[in-house]
Amino acid sequence: MKVEQISIFMENRPGALEQVTGVLSRANINIRALSLADTSDFGILRLIVNDVATAKKVLQEGGFTVKRTDVVAVEVPDRPGGLHSILAVLARHAVNVEYMYAFIERSGENAIIIFRFTPTDEAIDILIKNGFTVLPGEKVYSL
Amino acid sequence: MMYNEEFEALPREVLEALQLKRLRHIVERVYHTVGFYRRSFDEAGVKPDDIRTLDDLRKLPFTTKNDLRDNYPFGLFAVPMSSVVRMHASSGTTGQSTVVGYTRRDIETWSELMARCFAAAGVTRNDIVHNAYGYGLFTGGLGAHYGAEKLGASVIPMSGGNTKRQIVILQDFGPTVICCTPSYALTLAEAGTEMGVDMRSLKLRVGILGAEPWSERMKLEIENKLNITALNIYGLSEVIGPGVSMECIEGRDGMHIFEDHFIVETIDPETGEVLPPGEQGELVFTTITKEAFPLIRYRSRDISRIITTPCRCGRSFLRMERVSGRSDDMLIIRGVNVFPSQIESVLMAIEGLEPHYQLIVDRVGTLDTLEIRVEVSESIFSDEIKALQSLEKRISKDVKDYLGVTAQVKLVEPKTIQRFEGKAQRVIDKRQI
Repeated sequence: MKVEQISIFMENRPGALEQVTGVLSRANINIRALSLADTSDFGILRLIVNDVATAKKVLQEGGFTVKRTDVVAVEVPDRPGGLHSILAVLARHAVNVEYMYAFIERSGENAIIIFRFTPTDEAIDILIKNGFTVLPGEKVYSL
Repeated sequence: MMYNEEFEALPREVLEALQLKRLRHIVERVYHTVGFYRRSFDEAGVKPDDIRTLDDLRKLPFTTKNDLRDNYPFGLFAVPMSSVVRMHASSGTTGQSTVVGYTRRDIETWSELMARCFAAAGVTRNDIVHNAYGYGLFTGGLGAHYGAEKLGASVIPMSGGNTKRQIVILQDFGPTVICCTPSYALTLAEAGTEMGVDMRSLKLRVGILGAEPWSERMKLEIENKLNITALNIYGLSEVIGPGVSMECIEGRDGMHIFEDHFIVETIDPETGEVLPPGEQGELVFTTITKEAFPLIRYRSRDISRIITTPCRCGRSFLRMERVSGRSDDMLIIRGVNVFPSQIESVLMAIEGLEPHYQLIVDRVGTLDTLEIRVEVSESIFSDEIKALQSLEKRISKDVKDYLGVTAQVKLVEPKTIQRFEGKAQRVIDKRQI
C-alpha cells in the first residue's frame, strides 16, 4: 500500500530546479505531485512521478543525488475537518508525520494527501482500521 | 632594552663558538637517547663526531612534521617522563597531532626567552600585561604568561574569547601591554568601539602579536585603532612555542632569533639545499638547549628571509623577516593551525561521507571564516531536512572538537566541487591579509 517517492538533493541557487525538470521532461516523465523543502542553503525536492524507475535512472545519470522513499497516499474527505479527522487518529496512536503535501489530482470526491510517516507500516494499519482509504502505488502513478 | 645582555649581545664569534659547543652536545645526546635520531643519522651515514663545525650541521637529515606524527605521542622525547613537567600539543585527531614536552629547565629557558621578548618590546616590571593568547594545549597562553611573570610584570591571564569581558578588563584594569593574535587585536578594537569605548584612549602602549600571518597594512591598522606600537613575535610549538624570535622596539625591522638557543638555516623547500643568508626560503630550526624535546633541523615550512646586518638595538642575533607564506598546505585560521588532511580525516570518520570536499577560507571583517563544502552522496542523502541538518551539525562539531576551529558546513550537489586533472582543489583561500 506504499507509494514510491523520489527525493533529489538540490543546492539553493538559481537554475537548480530547472535542471531537474529538464532531465525529466526529456525522458518524458510526468510529475504527479511535488513538494520542495528548503533551508537557507539547500533544498529537497520530493516527487511522485508516473515512472519511478526511469525517473531515478535519468536523474542519477544527470548527476543528481536521488533517493527512493516510501510514502503513503491517503484519500481525504474534501470537506472542512477532512484532514483533521486523519491527523486526529494518527495523533492518538502517536504516529509522527515527518512531512506531507497535497496531490494535484482527486480520487473521485476525495482529495489525496501524501504522507511520510514514522513508522510507515503501523500508520497504514491504523488508517485502514479507522476506515480511511490508502491508495496503492500503481493507482497513484496513473491517476 | 635587553633582558639578558650577556647573551643577547654576544660578539658573533663567541656566539657561534657557543652554538657549536651546544650543537655537538645535543647531537651526541639525541643520538644516544632518541631511537628516531639514531636511525635517521645512521641512515644518512653521519655520526655525532662528524659535527666539527657549524657548517657540518647540514650533514644531518631534516626532521619533519610527519616524523613528529609518526612518533606520536612521546616517541621523540629525550628524557624519561619523570623529568617532564609540562606537555603541549597541536590540535588534531589521534596520530595527527604533535606533542611536545618540557623539563623544568626547558620551562625556565622558555620563560627567559619570553621575558626577553617582553623586554625587547620595552616592557618592565611596572607594566600590566593583558594576555589574550589561549591557555591550554596551545603554547601561546602559558608561554607569554610565564615570560611576563619572569620579567616581573603583572599578568592578567585572560585567554581567548569572551570579547566583551576583555573590553571591560582593558578599561578597568588598565593594562599597558596586550598579547594576542593580530586578528584578535582588530576584533577587540572593533568590538570596543561598538560598545562605545574609545579604544585609542586605553592605557595600552604596546602589542606583542603573532601566531598567524599578518601584513604591514594590518600592523598599521592595529596601531591606529588601538593607539599602540604593534610588534611581531614568532614561534612554533615544536621548537619551543612563542619566543623563538621577536621584533625589537628600537629597530622594528625583523625579528631577532634567539640564537644562543636555536640555530636557523634557510633552505630551498623543493630541493632541501641550504641557501645563503639573505635569500628567501623555508626556515629550518635546530634547538641546541632543549632537554625534553630537542629537534634537529626541523623544517618549519615557514617562508621568510634572514637579515644579517646589525640592528641598532645592539643584539648580535640574526633577524628574520615577517613570515610571508608556507611551503605546505597548512592553514592558520584564527590562530589555529589546520591541515586540510586533518579535516579530511574528520570527514572520513563519518560513515557514508565521501572524500569530496572543499575548504573555503575567507576573512569577514577581522575574523577568519572556514566553510567546508561537502558533496552529498546517496549514502548520506536523506529526504528529511532534519537528517541533513544534523549531519551538518555533526561535521561542524567534530571539526570543532578535534581541531579547535569553528567551521560552517555546506552540503553541495555531487560533482560540483571543481576537479582539476581529476584532482579536486581542496582549499580556496580568499583572504587578503
